[in-house]
Amino acid sequence: MIQKDKSLSPIIDIENLGFDMGAHLLVKRGLAAIPVGSELLVKGSAANWQVQLSAWCREQGHSVRFCREGEQTEQTRHEVALVCRGSAESERWTQAEKTGFSDVKKEGAVAEEAQPNWGLAARGATTEAGGPAFHFRLNKKTDIWASNASELYAHAVAAQWDPEKAIVWSEPRQHSQEMEDAVIQVMTYMIENENAALLVPARFLGQLHPHFREVQALLAIQVADEARHIEVFTRRIRLYGGEPAVSTAGGQASLKTLLDEPDFSVAGFLLSILGEGTFVDLLQFMHQYAPDAVTRQMCLLAARDEARHVSFGMSHLREHLEKDPMLQGRLRTATEARFEGLAKTSGLNAEVFDSLILIAAGECTPAAIAQGFQRVQNLLREMENGRRSRLEKLGFTAQESQRLASLHTRNFM
Amino acid sequence: MSRRFTLGAVAYAPKVITIWEGFKDYFSQHRFDFDYILYSNYEAQVEAMFEGAIDAAWNSPLAWIRAERMGRARGTPVSFGPMRDTDQDLTSVLVVRKEAGISSLQDLRAKNIGFGAVDSPQARLIPLIHLRQSGLVADKDYRARVFDVLGGKHGDHIGGERDAAIALMKREVDATWMIDGNYQAFSQEGTLPSGETVVLARTENYDHCIFTLAPGIAKESVNQFSEILLSMKWSDSKVRPLLELEGLKEWRPGRTKGFTLLNQAVESEHFYDSKGQIIEPNYRY
Repeated sequence: MIQKDKSLSPIIDIENLGFDMGAHLLVKRGLAAIPVGSELLVKGSAANWQVQLSAWCREQGHSVRFCREGEQTEQTRHEVALVCRGSAESERWTQAEKTGFSDVKKEGAVAEEAQPNWGLAARGATTEAGGPAFHFRLNKKTDIWASNASELYAHAVAAQWDPEKAIVWSEPRQHSQEMEDAVIQVMTYMIENENAALLVPARFLGQLHPHFREVQALLAIQVADEARHIEVFTRRIRLYGGEPAVSTAGGQASLKTLLDEPDFSVAGFLLSILGEGTFVDLLQFMHQYAPDAVTRQMCLLAARDEARHVSFGMSHLREHLEKDPMLQGRLRTATEARFEGLAKTSGLNAEVFDSLILIAAGECTPAAIAQGFQRVQNLLREMENGRRSRLEKLGFTAQESQRLASLHTRNFM
Repeated sequence: MSRRFTLGAVAYAPKVITIWEGFKDYFSQHRFDFDYILYSNYEAQVEAMFEGAIDAAWNSPLAWIRAERMGRARGTPVSFGPMRDTDQDLTSVLVVRKEAGISSLQDLRAKNIGFGAVDSPQARLIPLIHLRQSGLVADKDYRARVFDVLGGKHGDHIGGERDAAIALMKREVDATWMIDGNYQAFSQEGTLPSGETVVLARTENYDHCIFTLAPGIAKESVNQFSEILLSMKWSDSKVRPLLELEGLKEWRPGRTKGFTLLNQAVESEHFYDSKGQIIEPNYRY
C-alpha cells in the first residue's frame, strides 16, 4: 500500500515479501506513481531485503540509499531505503510508436502502410523504437485488404466442420467398380487442385504484415479449409480400398502458374475468382451426381467453404480496383499470359473428363452416357457463365468478361 | 591519418561478437577508427596489451589488477577508461537453505561452501577474503567446493555460480556464493525456489569491469574513445540495444577505489604475485 505525506517521500511497505518472491512488483508500482528524480521510501522486513533491493535497483537504473533509525526522519524507526526513480524506464518509451487500434471499426485502426519495425506486435500496441525490422512484403493496405474480412472470418469460424461428424463414412458401396474408379480419378484431380489452393494463400500468409490481422486470420482459415478438403478427398479415395489415380503433366502445369504468381491480387484473381469459383460449380456437380452419399456430402461441404474463399477474393479485388483502376489491366494481362502459357498443354485430363461423364451418366448405357455428356457440357457452360458474371461484377465490360472467361484454363482451377 | 584504435575483449559468450560489432559500427558513425580483437581468456588479453597488440582492453576487475601489477613491475603503468553504471558498488551474497538452520557464519565451520570459478572475483576471490576476515579459512575451517567452469573468463560466465546454486538446493553444499544480481536472477528463473533460501552474509561493495588502457597510448585517442562512450544515451533507440546487450544504462568515468577488496584477496589467496605472474596452482585456462 502506498502512503503519502505532503512533506515527505511516498512510502511503500513490502513487509516480509522478498525479491525472490516478487517484491519488485510493489516497488515498481510505487515508483511508477512518482516523477523521475523523486524518491520513494521503501520499508521491508524480509531477511536481507536490502541486498535484493540494491541489486534490483542497479539493474533497473534507479539509485538507492539506506538510512538508519533516526538518521532520516521520524518515519525511519528501522532501516529504510530511499529509492530515487531513474529515467531509464520512461526513456525507453520516448520514441515509441502507436500502431493503430485493435478495433477495426475505429477511425485510423488500420494503417495504409504497416511499418517494418512494428514487427509482430498486436495491432494497437505501443512499440518500442529500435526493434528489429521485419520485412513483410505485403505491408500496404490497398494490396491486400477487404473491409468485410472480419465478418468473413467470423462466418468461416462458425462454418468449420469436423469430417468425422459431418460425414457418414459407414455407408457400404452400392455402385460398380467402374463408377468407383471414376470417383477416385475425380478425387485425385481435386486433391492436386486443393494443394494449389492451400499453398497459394499459405505463401502469402508468410509475407503478410500481421498488422492486417483480419486478412491474416482469413488466409489462415482458408489454408485450414483446404487442408480439410485434402483430408476428406483422400479418405474418400481410400474408403473402399482404393489408391489415388493419375495426375497429368498438363494439369500440374496449369496449377504451377498459380504458385508462380507473386502478386497477391493477381494470384487471388486467378485462384479465387476464376479458379475456385469454377471449382464451386464442379463440387456442386459432384454433390448432385456422385454415386454415393459420402462423396455427395463432402462435396457440398467443400463447395460452401470454396464459396467463402471466392467472396473474399471478390471483396478484396472490388476495393483494390476502386483505389487502383490500373489493376484491371494487370488482371487482363495475367489472364491472357496464363492462357498463352498453357496453350500447348492438354488442359483438363481426359481421364477426369470421362470420369465426370460417367458419374453424371450413372451407368454405361448409350442413353445414360449421352445424358452424362450433356450434363458435363452444361457444367462447362455454367462454369463459364459464372466466371463471366464475376468478372462483370468486378467492372469488366460484358464483352471483355466473355472473352476473359473463355480464356480460363481448361483445367478448371 | 590517425592510427586505428584496437580494443581487446574476451569472448565469454557468442553475444560478445554482436556487442563489439555493434560498438564498431557506432564508433565508425562517430568517425573514430575502431576495431576489436577477441581473446579466449583474460590472461592472454592482458599479456597482448603489453606486447602492443591492443590499445585498450575491456577487462574484468581481476584482469585490471593483473595489468596494473604487470605495468608497475615493468615501469610502464597502465591507466583506465570508463566503466558501466552496473559495474559500481556490487556485492556478493552467501546463500543458505532456509531450513538448514544456519544463522551465522560460525555455523559453517566444517561445512561445505560452494564457490564459482577459480578465477571468479565475485564468486570466489572476494568471498574467500570475506570469510577469512570473519575468521574462516578455506579447507581449514570449512571445505571449499569450487564449481569451476570456463577458466580464464574470470567468472564472466554465469555457469559456475548457477551450478553452485543447483548444488545448494540438492544439498550437496551447505552454503554458496553468488553476485547479488544473480541471486535475483536465479530466484526469477526458479533455480532458487522462492522463499526457500536466505542470504547469510554479504560482502563489502566492490566494482567490476573497466576499460584498461595500454601504457603510453595517445591521450587524444583515449579522450575520443571515452567521450564517445560517455555520450551514449539510453534514450536513443539506436544505442539502447547495444547498452542492453552489454548490461548497462550509462557509461560512467572509471575509478579504481572499488578494486581494493579484490586486490587484498589476490594477495591473501595467492592468485597473482606482485609482478602479475599467475601463482594459483589450480588455475587452468
